[in-house]
Amino acid sequence: MTQPVLELRNVNKSFGPIDVLHDINLTVKAGEVLCLLGDNGAGKSTLIKTLAGVHKPTTGEIWMDGEQVSFEKPKDAADRGIATVHQFGGTFPLMSIGRSFFVGVEPVKKIGPFKIFDRKTANETAVKAVQEFGITRIDDGDRLIGGLSGGERQSLAIARAVHFGARVLILDEPTAALGVKQSSHVLRIILEARKRGLAVIFITHQVTHAMAVGDHFAVLIRGAVAANFMRGEKTREEITDLMAGGEALASLDTELEGYMETHEGHPPQPVA
Amino acid sequence: MTALSDFMRRPEAGSVLSLIAVIAFFVIFGGANIGNFLGAASWVNLAANLGIVAIPMGMLMIAGELDISIGAMIPAGSMTVAILSGYYELPILVGMAGALGLGVVVGLVNGILTVRTSVPSLIITLGTLVAMQGIVLSASVLLTGNASVALTAPVWTKAIFGQLIGGSYQIIILWWLAMTVVFVVIMHHTRYGNWIFAMGGDKVSARNAGIPTDRMTIFLFVLSAVAASFVGMCGAILFNSAQVSGGMNYIFNAVVSVVVGGVLLTGGFGSVWGIFFGTLTFAVVNQGIYFTQLDRNWSSLIIGVMLLAAVLVNNRFRAFALTASRKKPA
Ligand SMILES: Nc1ncnc2c1ncn2[C@@H]1O[C@H](COP(=O)(O)OP(=O)(O)OP(=O)(O)O)[C@@H](O)[C@H]1O
Ligand SMILES: [Mg+2]
Repeated sequence: MTQPVLELRNVNKSFGPIDVLHDINLTVKAGEVLCLLGDNGAGKSTLIKTLAGVHKPTTGEIWMDGEQVSFEKPKDAADRGIATVHQFGGTFPLMSIGRSFFVGVEPVKKIGPFKIFDRKTANETAVKAVQEFGITRIDDGDRLIGGLSGGERQSLAIARAVHFGARVLILDEPTAALGVKQSSHVLRIILEARKRGLAVIFITHQVTHAMAVGDHFAVLIRGAVAANFMRGEKTREEITDLMAGGEALASLDTELEGYMETHEGHPPQPVA
Repeated sequence: MTALSDFMRRPEAGSVLSLIAVIAFFVIFGGANIGNFLGAASWVNLAANLGIVAIPMGMLMIAGELDISIGAMIPAGSMTVAILSGYYELPILVGMAGALGLGVVVGLVNGILTVRTSVPSLIITLGTLVAMQGIVLSASVLLTGNASVALTAPVWTKAIFGQLIGGSYQIIILWWLAMTVVFVVIMHHTRYGNWIFAMGGDKVSARNAGIPTDRMTIFLFVLSAVAASFVGMCGAILFNSAQVSGGMNYIFNAVVSVVVGGVLLTGGFGSVWGIFFGTLTFAVVNQGIYFTQLDRNWSSLIIGVMLLAAVLVNNRFRAFALTASRKKPA
């Protein structure tokens, strides 16, 4: 139980001459939400892409369940139960809920010598999976993904990952494009996933969202872990300062939130 | 009410309405005699030949690719069978295998280049289109000294690939109908169809979901090239001769049929029934003009207007499909 599901040991990642990640050491346990915080360009997305098999670490090791692993491609990570949900949830906006839920693992029924796609089972399973997460408004598996709200799409993508046995759920800014109500949906679903024993890695720029669900926090500053602490060990102000790269910005917090609201959740662009 | 909204959510809704609209147009404004028109073979023959290349083209488009080399593959198919079995008098099976085999080869080239390079398939198949035109013309002149070759096919071959049923209906109509049914099942009722839609929606995610996207892409290009050489081959068997020219119209006509049929140019959305009705609509406009008092030059204008109208209607319907949800009675 105490053995971490996923562990990074001295992971470095550089793209050619650019060093993006420096000696990252992190552990994630089952039933725990790890909030990955940090300013723009700190390397959060690069870190999770390394976990998801998109990038290979330049040096360092990834361990799962006490066993060293190496991912050549995203499929390898997915097969080990690492699921990534992207900002806009479903990536197939013009496919139906049932069809996109089962892309690559379609249920079939035999009719004579033919294997026919079992649309009914696909729709029912997908709808049931997402309803179990409390999104009862989704009741028609023939609806197209593109017609769902951002929060519903995220929820569906998370429900799908859980349905297919994900053990580590990686969410890169799932609430960035969402309003308050939609965000709270997604946060509730993160808690539900945690309750089911998943390890969740949650990237966000919103302190409130991190504080609402996080058990464990790691702050990246310029590619290195600048702080690594458990819930309750730091105050909201301290976290806000750390997220802004260690500068005392707590007083700007409210201003920043206001900015993000008016800019659809996009934080100001970093000056390169 | 639900039936209507269910219909409007389907990708082929626009093409069915287009078909009804153009038939009504000809009957009302062109004074077409609907009985004469419906009984005429010309538009059905056109639709069948076009439909056989339009289905794979539409499937490629749904997968996010495009194949315009069909314009050269149709004459290539007919010339291959005519040169092998007509000029060199080899058994017809050799000629047919040669024509279809050439389709496999060109399809493999298109497909492999598409998955191995980052060059858009439009450019790659533009290359093979021009190259194949050159090869077919040079080979024909070099081997036979002629740009047109005669072919006398055995009776059984004519019966299967090149007979006129009732004196005017090409047998290829039956091939087209059978092909439509087979690909409706594959595209919409098997996992392979789901993979093709996923590939057109987002190729990277599809690959990460474990779909063999490269193999599927190559297969679709082979299907497209083979279908085109099949159409050429049937034409040579039917008309007892083959020419190096012809076929370029098919590129444009097939794209119009597929787009009118509700396939999204950027991939991820469409249906085989839509392609079927889009092809019928195109054929009705193209040939229907001869059954009216209208000057035939107007048909291009009608096709242009219809294409724009169909795209607009299809966009509306797609937006509707995205928002509409079947409300359960409370
Ligand atoms: N493929 C790449 N090649 C070169 N540099 C890269 C590559 N990917 C990311 N970087 C660089 O690595 C740094 C970290 O980027 P990353 O996307 O991980 O930041 P982030 O913490 O996710 O930022 P944000 O909060 O804006 O999403 C940036 O400076 C970026 O330019
Ligand atoms: Mg990022």
